[in-house]
Amino acid sequence: MAARLRAFAAFWYDFVVGDDWLVAVGVVASLFLTYELSRTSVPAWWLLPLVLALLLPFSLWRGARKR
Amino acid sequence: MGSGALFIAVFLACAVEAVEATTIVLAAGTARDWRSATIGMAGALAVLAIVVAALGPAVSDVPLRGLRLVVGALLLVFGLQWLRKAILRASGHKALHDEDKIFAEQLAAATSQVRRRAGLVPDWYGFTLSFKGVLLEGLEVVFIVLTFGANQHDIGLAAIAAACAVAVIATAGVAVRSPLSRVPENTMKFVVGIMLTAFGTFWGAEGAGAHWPGSDTSLLALIPAIGAFALILVAVMRASVGRPGGQQVAARGAAAGAAAAAGEGS
Repeated sequence: MAARLRAFAAFWYDFVVGDDWLVAVGVVASLFLTYELSRTSVPAWWLLPLVLALLLPFSLWRGARKR
Repeated sequence: MGSGALFIAVFLACAVEAVEATTIVLAAGTARDWRSATIGMAGALAVLAIVVAALGPAVSDVPLRGLRLVVGALLLVFGLQWLRKAILRASGHKALHDEDKIFAEQLAAATSQVRRRAGLVPDWYGFTLSFKGVLLEGLEVVFIVLTFGANQHDIGLAAIAAACAVAVIATAGVAVRSPLSRVPENTMKFVVGIMLTAFGTFWGAEGAGAHWPGSDTSLLALIPAIGAFALILVAVMRASVGRPGGQQVAARGAAAGAAAAAGEGS
């Protein structure tokens, strides 16, 4: 039973999070920051593309180094 | 986003998943038993239909802003993972997705198993191989249909696009009775990665309370911008393969990629 639960959890982790957990954490954190920024008078739309421009190369660098 | 863009985005994403599911069903049918593989596929499609019927109306009832936040986050994570793999593959840091190779490996694994009858299913292994393959790839199709469809208030059109993609790929698979290696799967994955990332960025930011300049039309800038950025990253990563030590990294990447190819979803 425990092994099946572990396999079930592993499936969903792999399905949602994938190869690099930092990407998922980065996306959630940047959405939270976008929300906080949107409550001020400063435009918030630029934050997510900026995080993406930093996160993707960093994740690629981690991926290439690991292999 | 217009209806045409919704249709194209869903069609491409679902076609990629359908190619992978078709390869698994073909391997199960060829190596084991076509009847069991077909029953497995039909069983998985029935489960997926129940999931869509159960979740479709529920997803439609979620307030748009909350839906866009959750869907945007998931699409962005999915899109970045797809794009990451596609860039690593295109730059030589990871082996290309090879349906011929995957088909051969699954064929070899399936042939080595003992045949066992279970109820109406002549071969249980062929059934489960086909059922699991279609169910797992199909779950991604369901996710894409529900998220794109619900965000655009047109789950029906998204479902039609997915059905068209599955029908086209399945027909091609049945016609050739071999893996669909001529489908430019790696290129399609690159494009789908860009689209998922762009839509995820757009909806995620909107769901979090941001307002895009130009509203929906900002997607017309976002998609090519992410595409151009991804191509630049491919060029930079490719250059790093040429540097001292880079070849070793690339060779290790190719070997690791080839080993992982069979078990990999997208």
